[in-house]
Parts: sequence; C-alpha cells; structure tokens
Amino acid sequence: MSERASEKDARGLAQEARSRVRFEEEALEHADQVYQVARHIAGSREDAEELMQETYVRAFRSWRSYEPGTNIRAWLMRILTNLNIDRGRRKQRRPTEQPLEEGAYSLYDRLEQAAGQSGEDEEKLIERLSQSTIVEALADLPHDFRDVLVLVDLGDFSYQETAQILAIPVGTVMSRLHRARRLLRQSLAASVSERKA
Amino acid sequence: MSETPCRGCEELLELYLDGELAEEEVREAEEHLDACGFCHRHYRFERLLRAYMRQAISEPIPPELSSKLAALASKTEQ
Ligand SMILES: [Zn+2]
Repeated sequence: MSERASEKDARGLAQEARSRVRFEEEALEHADQVYQVARHIAGSREDAEELMQETYVRAFRSWRSYEPGTNIRAWLMRILTNLNIDRGRRKQRRPTEQPLEEGAYSLYDRLEQAAGQSGEDEEKLIERLSQSTIVEALADLPHDFRDVLVLVDLGDFSYQETAQILAIPVGTVMSRLHRARRLLRQSLAASVSERKA
Repeated sequence: MSETPCRGCEELLELYLDGELAEEEVREAEEHLDACGFCHRHYRFERLLRAYMRQAISEPIPPELSSKLAALASKTEQ
C-alpha cells in the first residue's frame, strides 16, 4: 500500500466518521418529535419506549441509506411505523369496525348545547373537554385511522409525506384522516353529554 | 344560532387547516371565512380544538429514554 493511498483512506475514513456523527446528531435532535408520534401510535408508554429504541437501533445501523438533505424526520418515521406494524400484527389485533359517523360539527353543536344559554365563546366551550377524555378518545380510534391522524396533527407531516411514510395512496390518507377526525370528535361529543347527564 | 347552510364546507375547512389547498382555493376559502359567520366560528373552534388536543396529548420524551437513544449512537455498527 503506497503512502498516498493510505493517506487517502484515512481522509475517507475521517469523512465517513464525520457524516456518521452528523447523522446521529441530527437523528437524536428529532427524538422528541419522533417520540410524540411513537407515544400515540404504540399501545402504551412502555411500547413507545421500546419502539423508539428499536427505531434508533435500526436507523443508526442503516444510516448510509439516508440521503443527506432529505427529510430525516420522515425517514425515521418510516422506520418507526414499519416496526410498529410488525409489532402490531403480533399484538393489538382489533377488528376495525366502522361505527356510524356524525358530521365533524357535532362536537361543536354538543358543546354549545351543554353550555346552554350562557353564550360561551369557543375557548370556553373547548375547556369543557378534559385531557383524559382526549387521550382516551385518541387511544380508542382504530389504529389505521389513528396513525394517520397522529402523523398529520402531531407530527405535522403533509398528506404526501404521510402517504410515503405509511406506503399508502394519498387518497387513503385523506379518507382515513377525515374519518379519524370525525370519530374522534364524535367520541368527545359523547363524553360531553355523558358528563352532563 | 343554529343556521346550517354551510355544513358542506367541512371538508374545505379541513383541507384549509391542513395547509393542503392550492393557492387559488386558499383565497376562495379565506374570502368565504370572511363572509360567513357560521364557517368562521367553526374554523376558529377547529383551530382551537386542534391546538388544545395537541397540548393535551403531547408528552415530552422521558429523559432516560433520551439517554438510552444517545447511548445507541456509534456502537450499533461493528
Ligand atoms: Zn359558510
């Protein structure tokens, strides 16, 4: 091996080490946001933590397949949702029944009814929903719907990005998202009238 | 208080809030929101609800998990 060649190797190695560390730093910077999604697409906090670790193990192992400059959050999310599907097939297999839907506006109507004549503004109406009601309503959604909702509303992914992450058509993202929101608002609406009764 | 002329706008508002409308449609949606009290109230409600739900369900990453993830870096490849 000539001196020149080994020098080049060293430079190549240093460069690779640098890109790798940069990748790792970038991936870790997004961990909090990735966790937001993981927390709600996994069944429990424990599942979410395991899922995060599996995701990062895989991400760090296959960092070379990440193309620098592209959306690393979406790339990580793709790994995470795939791993979650593998886990999900083993675990929470729940029939995706399709309950009757009311329009998305039923929640607003219900809250207004509950407020009666007091003429509360929108802020006040919303405060009638408790945190636990919201957390439960989200957890109760069929998981195909919930995944889409969480990616769009918590992960701030576009329809297109969500479609790529889940490897489904954009039209499917839109219809699941729409149904997810309706179902969620419907179960929140139900909680309002229950509490009033 | 319970006029129901614009229930059909639900999907338009949803796309608008998601930032998924084309430029032209955004303008139309905004013009409509300015002109229609019913949709304006629902738009406002929906925006607040989304923000409220986000706060209700977001949970910071546990610090131990952050440390575990950091510890995974640069040692997964042999
Ligand atoms: Zn209107």
